[in-house]
Amino acid sequence: MTGAGLRTAPRRRPLRWLPLAPATVLLLLFLGGPICYCVYLALTDMRLTGSSSTSFVGLDNFRRAFGDPDFRNAVVLTLVFTIVSSVIGQNTLGLALAVLMRRASRPVRILTGAVVIAAWVLPEIVAGFLLYAFFRREGTLNAVLDQLGLPAQNWLFTLPILAVSFANVWRGTAFSMLVYSAALDAVPKEVEEAAEVDGASGVRRLWYVTLPVIRRAIGTNLMLNTLQTLSVFGLIWAMTRGGPGNRSQTLPVFMYDQAFLKSLIGYGTAIALLLLLVGAVFATVYLRLLREETR
Amino acid sequence: MRPTAPLALAAALVATAGLTACGSGPGGDPDTVKVVYNRSTDNANRFKDEYLAGVKRQFEKANPGKKVKLIPIQATETDYSVKVQQMMRSARTAPDVVHEDTFRIGSDIEAGYLRPLDDHLAKWPEWERYLDSARRATRGEDGRTYGVPDGTDTRGLWFNKDIFAKAGLPGDWRPKNWADILDAARTVKRKVPGVVPLNVYTGKAPGETAVMQGFEMLLYGTGPDPLYDPGAKKWVVGGAGFRQSLEFIRTVYDEKLGPDVSDALDANVGTNVANEWLPEGKLAIALDGSWMGQHWIESGGKPWPQWSQLLGQAPMPTRTGAPPGRVSMSGGWAWAISARSGKPELAWSFVTTAQRRDNAVRWAVVGAQIAVREDVAADPEYRRSMPGVEFFTQLVRHTHYRPALPVYPQVSSAIGEAMEAVTTGDASPAEAAAGYDAALRDITGGAVVKRDR
Repeated sequence: MTGAGLRTAPRRRPLRWLPLAPATVLLLLFLGGPICYCVYLALTDMRLTGSSSTSFVGLDNFRRAFGDPDFRNAVVLTLVFTIVSSVIGQNTLGLALAVLMRRASRPVRILTGAVVIAAWVLPEIVAGFLLYAFFRREGTLNAVLDQLGLPAQNWLFTLPILAVSFANVWRGTAFSMLVYSAALDAVPKEVEEAAEVDGASGVRRLWYVTLPVIRRAIGTNLMLNTLQTLSVFGLIWAMTRGGPGNRSQTLPVFMYDQAFLKSLIGYGTAIALLLLLVGAVFATVYLRLLREETR
Repeated sequence: MRPTAPLALAAALVATAGLTACGSGPGGDPDTVKVVYNRSTDNANRFKDEYLAGVKRQFEKANPGKKVKLIPIQATETDYSVKVQQMMRSARTAPDVVHEDTFRIGSDIEAGYLRPLDDHLAKWPEWERYLDSARRATRGEDGRTYGVPDGTDTRGLWFNKDIFAKAGLPGDWRPKNWADILDAARTVKRKVPGVVPLNVYTGKAPGETAVMQGFEMLLYGTGPDPLYDPGAKKWVVGGAGFRQSLEFIRTVYDEKLGPDVSDALDANVGTNVANEWLPEGKLAIALDGSWMGQHWIESGGKPWPQWSQLLGQAPMPTRTGAPPGRVSMSGGWAWAISARSGKPELAWSFVTTAQRRDNAVRWAVVGAQIAVREDVAADPEYRRSMPGVEFFTQLVRHTHYRPALPVYPQVSSAIGEAMEAVTTGDASPAEAAAGYDAALRDITGGAVVKRDR
């Protein structure tokens, strides 16, 4: 290890990793360990109860999932729930609120912001029960409709996936609103004014000026929103328990049902890994979009 | 990779191993016995907590220096068992004493969560007094006994005499077959609008409540061994009784003789029946359990002094009235000791305290249990405890216990799904039965015996 090259580059001392060691240890311990254990579990037939022995079964759990109509149903519902409530609902509504609030007077801004953020601050389970009480057959929604002389709805029963999607929009819009408020503040005033002078209408200004400037924020927000929505469990569990039948059984609920109610820990873990895969697909799409935008 | 990276990784791994190696000793304090039980989701309902607090006081007085730590888990019956199974997986979190539903005990024995109690039972004179059927309920497939039952229950029809009078039905109603029940429900629907004629629990959310109180009360009235064939030691597929029971459920919800489907499929339906629908006169007939009275006594969740005059009871008939003419299902709970408990002696001594004769009688009374011990069954305090206790005690003669096998909880879950499918109308009874058969083959690895439909 002698050479003139060493004089130009400083010697790598083994001690250089020392400041990083605590973080590395913690990551290995609390993140790496469980993930490896999960992958192992997904390849076994471990059960919560009913069997004391666990054996290695290879890819059986994954084969079983792809042949399981309940799993396919859960994938479809997960996509519906994610696209309706996160990509369309939270995202669009958050942007609309942010745009409108820029033009609103101060008290209106404060009041709207407070209401929207309050819904977001509530713990998931509390929000779940609130919305259950709102949508129930004897709930607030039907009481209001009744007062207005409109026919009562029973959303939790007839369109449960839309009811939980609406609940998720109600709960999660604040996050998008905050992201977009911050992004809009970064749009240069001069550009907007120039467009206005050129006679562009409000909608065209939004489409041709504002949106391209905040593209990166849109991508980031979509990514965070989608990954959060994919893993929503408590909200759906409190409102419908995945029912009636399995009409609101998204992947996280299906996973819980298999792993804990049917005691199939191995199969449930395999489903969890497949959910991770769904998240990775979404994330990849967004990352590609972001990359193209920055060219 | 830089030359230092492997070194860093190795050091990190060493540190990780060191961190995971240290942990507290299993079981905690050697003088404290940890007792886990399920607390009712109904906040007004605390009789079990009060009874166990009494046992704790007695135990600590009789064993100076020893402590009982009661660990209530307030959850639905299904969530409770999931939580306890997870606790029992590790010596560090395992409780010493567990209150177990006898229908899950087979599964937990198979998983190695529980400790066999035969040595203790052999030296415990009280064990002689337990009914054979109750002893069988806590026996594993290895022939050893894993729990001490503290009561059982039976099931039948409750009906509201007030509503029956308005509908022109007799106050001493005794349906002879399923058709009689449906006729009575149709009459109520016609003549007393605004009340729910008949409640039969159904679907996935109520869990075992729907499967046992609802489905099996029907199924076991369709013929011998309709669910599991003990001769062949196999589960039954393709049974006509299974489809007929689903058809009954379908009729109830299709003709709107039951509660609104969304109410029926609500996880809290049991609480609603006991605390709202029956006491408020909104429900005419309920297929329900012997313990219902405990909700309405003075210390219950919904005190209702008139219940014993207003409600009548009738045995559940078999489908066509074929002998023995009546059917009941029985379950019950038992005290078990966790296999990973470090203090089995202390745990056992808690179990015997809880099952001392005076405590056993008190539990049968406050818990609205049907006695499983002959000395408790003969106790005047028990016989006077609750209107209807005599009626439900005599149903024990024609009662059925669920097959206490390791896969039963999974079978139960498959039955719940079949019920839910016919209740919502997503599937016909024949389709739902076929779906159940497929699920059953999957659960049992094909070990099934076919009956012709």
